[in-house]
Amino acid sequence: MSFFSKLSFGFLGVVFFSAIFAPWITPYSYETQDTLNTLATPTFSHLMGTDRLGRDLFSRLIYGARVSLFIGILTTLLALVIGTIYGSISGYIGGRIDGFMMRVVDVIFALPDMLMIILVTVMLGRGVAGMFIALTLVSWVTVARLVRGEVLRIKEKTYVEAARALGASSPRILMQEILPNILGLVVVTLTFRIPVAILAESTLSFIGLGVAPPFSSWGTMANEGWKSIKFYPHLILFPSLAIFFTILSFNFLGDRLRDGLDPRNKTRFG
Amino acid sequence: MLIYFFKRLLHGIPVLFVVSTITFVIMRVVPGGPFDQEKKLPPEILVNIQAKYHLDQPVTTQYLLYLKQLVQGDMGPSYKYIGRDVADIILDTFPVSITLGVLAMLVVMGVGIPMGVWSAYRQNSVIDRICMFYATLGISIPSFVLGTVLVWLMSHKLQWLPPALWEGPRHMILPAIALGAPFSGYIARLTRSAVLEVLSSDYIRTARAKGLTESVILFKHTLKNSIFPIISVLGPLTAGLVTGSFVIEFIFSIPGMGSFFITAVTNRDYPLIMGVTLIYAVLIVLANILVDIIYMWLDPRVRV
Repeated sequence: MSFFSKLSFGFLGVVFFSAIFAPWITPYSYETQDTLNTLATPTFSHLMGTDRLGRDLFSRLIYGARVSLFIGILTTLLALVIGTIYGSISGYIGGRIDGFMMRVVDVIFALPDMLMIILVTVMLGRGVAGMFIALTLVSWVTVARLVRGEVLRIKEKTYVEAARALGASSPRILMQEILPNILGLVVVTLTFRIPVAILAESTLSFIGLGVAPPFSSWGTMANEGWKSIKFYPHLILFPSLAIFFTILSFNFLGDRLRDGLDPRNKTRFG
Repeated sequence: MLIYFFKRLLHGIPVLFVVSTITFVIMRVVPGGPFDQEKKLPPEILVNIQAKYHLDQPVTTQYLLYLKQLVQGDMGPSYKYIGRDVADIILDTFPVSITLGVLAMLVVMGVGIPMGVWSAYRQNSVIDRICMFYATLGISIPSFVLGTVLVWLMSHKLQWLPPALWEGPRHMILPAIALGAPFSGYIARLTRSAVLEVLSSDYIRTARAKGLTESVILFKHTLKNSIFPIISVLGPLTAGLVTGSFVIEFIFSIPGMGSFFITAVTNRDYPLIMGVTLIYAVLIVLANILVDIIYMWLDPRVRV
């Protein structure tokens, strides 16, 4: 593992750890107000300063990690499961049914995705749930397409033919022969889709249409900070850095993973 | 070619129909409406308003009415901007958004392609490393983070450029960079791998063997053939810029379609939501058709 891979891995590890153990490692609760120290710049008692209401930014950042990661990872996992099932069935059956199933995917793919995410989230009442549904709705189709392509390629392989000749049933062939072979692709897709979901969530929350109080994600925090960027830039600095480094780490690890799994790419990106 | 173009246009219509149907359904299935305010309207007035906008009819009737209007070129009145038609608002805001989009596209291509070519040509050198580092940064930096950094640095600290509004060329620089730069990293990467692939092909070796100068090889033989992967992502790229423009318009308070869409969604201004969604969808569909046609025009192999 290169230095940057280790760094990315370490950073994500810290983020995950603090998200899971948030109540035990944060010095304050995410809503405790220190009214004597509102809008404080970073000090020893408030490592990253406080916001307009005197809430400790460091603690809020760690709790924010929970929301951001939760939405990012869970929507991606869900999209991955739906997409993989849909795509593999479509690719495996082929013919007319495949044609129809892919038409559906094409249409969803053609939707302006951010528009749909905004629409669904706001209509469902600006919560974690709405965002969750919206992100899953638009992102499963990408996975379905990728998986279908892979399945189309693999189902012509001789070992699949051999399994069929031995009398294996279609579900068995799918589960035993084809799925293990697209697992690599699925894992790589997972690492690439998580940052996309985190980005979408934070963007939405940043423009004030995403996660609503009392929950707060990094995007919500950035939104709060944006309002006073001129005089208190530290409010927006820390959540932005958190988002940026998380996405960067995921992308970096995704690259490495893809290069590692694809022998053709061994020499690329030195 | 012309027949193909019209065929593609025809194929776009069902997509637009589905987009409009889905949008319509999503808007209406959720409880609450555009005239539910904190201060409740008197019931008589509410009934009148709803009758005026046909909101008392069943959803299917409403939708058919809307489609009928739409076919006649009427996008209906805005619920919140009293006295303004949706078409009117779009006519005002569309040029702003499209200018932003085109400028951002210039940033994407103007930075991405040269960078990709340069780093491919000097593969594994320091320049290559720097360019690819930039590319990874670009892919990972959310445009709102880049936007806020630019505003803070260029407007608040250095006071070189205005932080908001849309009143002239000086106002356009920061938004265009904030929107375009993240995508330029992706294009740089794509260009790099395309150029690398062409550079390792036989005809480039032949060109070298003939004794052509490096610049002729690079600019005449290589670039021409490595442009295809870039063209093929132009469609998704346009969609990406459209998507990104929401945030950028929000950050820089630009009076474009994105800003209006955001307020329309929070206000449940149904006709405005529909109008803007449809325009964006048309834009994306058209971009995809255009890309395919450019592709065909440039590459005789796919013309069949």
